[in-house]
Amino acid sequence: MLKDQDRIFTNLYGMHDRSLKGALARGHWDGTANLLALGRDKLIDMVKASGLRGRGGAGFPTGLKWSFMPKQSDGRPSYLVVNADESEPGTCKDREIMRHDPHTLVEGCLIAGFAMNAVAGYIYIRGEYIREREALQRAIDEAYDAGYLGKNACGSGYDYDLYLHHGAGAYICGEETALLESLEGKKGMPRMKPPFPAGSGLYGCPTTVNNVESIAVVPTILRRGPEWFSGFGRPNNAGTKLFGISGHVNNPCVVEEAMSISLRELLDRHCGGVRGGWKNIKAVIPGGSSVPMLNAAQCEDAIMDFDWLREQKSGLGTAAVIVMDQSTDVIKAIWRLSKFYKHESCGQCTPCREGTGWMMRVMDRLVKGEAEVEEIDMLLSVTKQVEGHTICALGDAAAWPIQGLVRHFRDEIEDRIKAKRTGRMGAMAAE
Amino acid sequence: MSLSPDLLARIRDASAHHGGPRAAMLEALRMIQQEHGWVSDAHLAEAAQTLGVGLAEIESLATFYSLIFRQPVGETVILLCDGVSCWLNGAEEVRDALMARLGIGFGQTTADGKYTLINIACVGGCDRAPAAVVGRDRRLVGPLSPEGVAELLEGGL
Repeated sequence: MLKDQDRIFTNLYGMHDRSLKGALARGHWDGTANLLALGRDKLIDMVKASGLRGRGGAGFPTGLKWSFMPKQSDGRPSYLVVNADESEPGTCKDREIMRHDPHTLVEGCLIAGFAMNAVAGYIYIRGEYIREREALQRAIDEAYDAGYLGKNACGSGYDYDLYLHHGAGAYICGEETALLESLEGKKGMPRMKPPFPAGSGLYGCPTTVNNVESIAVVPTILRRGPEWFSGFGRPNNAGTKLFGISGHVNNPCVVEEAMSISLRELLDRHCGGVRGGWKNIKAVIPGGSSVPMLNAAQCEDAIMDFDWLREQKSGLGTAAVIVMDQSTDVIKAIWRLSKFYKHESCGQCTPCREGTGWMMRVMDRLVKGEAEVEEIDMLLSVTKQVEGHTICALGDAAAWPIQGLVRHFRDEIEDRIKAKRTGRMGAMAAE
Repeated sequence: MSLSPDLLARIRDASAHHGGPRAAMLEALRMIQQEHGWVSDAHLAEAAQTLGVGLAEIESLATFYSLIFRQPVGETVILLCDGVSCWLNGAEEVRDALMARLGIGFGQTTADGKYTLINIACVGGCDRAPAAVVGRDRRLVGPLSPEGVAELLEGGL
C-alpha cells in the first residue's frame, strides 16, 4: 500500500487548511522559483523521465506532449489549457483536488505554463462544480496576492496569468478541441485533427490541453525527483494515481495509490471490499464509462494500469472504477451508458449522431429481451461502423461499452431474448 | 423585468476579463441565471445587446448547454444524477420517492413554484451515490435514500 509520505495529495479529504497558508505548511510553493530556474528544457526532460502519462484518459506521455510546443514564438502567443470538465460517468477525482488541494493545481499551472512558454493558462471547469470553482478562484487570488502569479511570477522574470472559465453542462466539452471551442464562446463541437492544438489551438495559437491531475502532480514530481515518481508502478505505467471507486463496494471513495496495484487490493484495502464479498463480483468498469468492462475472471488478477488493461481490451481511462455485483443487470447498466452517449453526442458528424441513437434503441430492446438473437451481431456491426469514423472519440466511447458487454455477457443477452420468447421473463429484466 | 445596472456592469466586466464579448457569452448567461433562476427571451436580447453579439449567436449557446435554463424553474432546482454509479446504488428508488413526494416528473415544477426536478448526466458525486446537486450554488448531496427524501426537502435542502 502507498505510504502516507509518498502521497502527493495530502489534503484530498479536506481535513486540513486548503488556503495558501495550509498549502505552504504541506510543502507546496516551496522553492518554485528554483524549479523555474532549471529552465524549460530541463523541466520537460524531468517530466519525461518521470514517466508521467496523462491522467485524463488517453494516457499520452505528458512531457512529450509539452515538447510539441514551439520553443520560439512565431509571433503567436502559446497557451496552457487545463481540462477540469470532469464529466466521465464514474469519475470524481479532480473534484477533490480542486475543492481540497487547489494550490497543487495552481502551482502546477505556473510550472507547466513556464515549461511550454505559455503567456497564460485557462482552467475550464464543469458547470456543476460551483463550490470547486470558488475554492480554485480563491487559491488563484491568493497566489496573485503572494506574487506567485502575474507579472514576474515568483520573482522569476516570467509573466503569467491564470484564468478560470466555467462550462455549463456539456460532456462533449471534455474533448480537448470542443473545450477550446467552448472557451472561445462557441458551441462545444470538436474540431477535425490535424491540426493538433500544439500547432493551432486556442484562437489559432499553440496550445496544450492537460487534465487537472496531470498538472497538479507536476510540482511534487519535480521537487522529489523523476526517479521517485517512476519508482511506483510497472515500467511504462509510472507513478501514483487517484482512483475513484463507486458502485457495489462497502465504502466508495477516492484514493491515491501506486499505479499497477491489483484491483483486489484496491477494493479490499480502501473500499471495505465488494458488497457481499469478493466472490460476489460480476463485472467491473475499470476506467470510467467509456472503457469496456472486465468480467469476474479478469477481475481475479486485474492490474490497474494502462498497459495491463489495454491488453485485456479495456483501459485505465480516468481510473474511475465502477463495481457491479452479482445482482446487477449488466445489460441495463450498459443501456444507461448508451442513453448517456446519445444525449451527449453533439450531433456534428453523422456516424455519432445517428449511431448513438441506433445503438441506444437496440439496447432498449435487449434490456427487455424484445429482439432477435441475430440482432446482437447487427448491434456489434453498428458499433464497428461508428468506432473510428467520427470527428472525436465520443463515438468510440459509445461503441466500446457495448462491445465489452457482448464480449463477456452474450449468453445473458441471448438468454433474455429466449426467455422473452418462451414467456419466462425474469422479474428483474421485466422492470 | 430588465437586467439590473449592476448585472449589466458585471457582464461588461466579464467581456474584458474573458478576452472579448464572445468568450464572455456563457459567463453572461450564467450570471443572468444566477440572479433570475433562468434566462428569458428578453434577458437574452439584453445580454446580446450589452455584449454586442448577435441574438442568434447567443441563443445557439444558450440552447446547447444543458445547465442554461430557457424556461422558468422553481426556487430550488434538484438535479438528480442519472449516472451508472448512482443507478447501481439505488437512484431509481430515490427518483420514485422524490417524484411521489413532489408530485412531479422530470422537467417539471411543483405547483407552488418551489421545486423543479431534472435528471442530469453524472455529476461527479460517484463516491456519494446516489447523489444530486441542489440549488443555485449546486450543492452536492448524497448518498440519498428513499426514506431520506422527506427529510431532505423539509430541511429546505
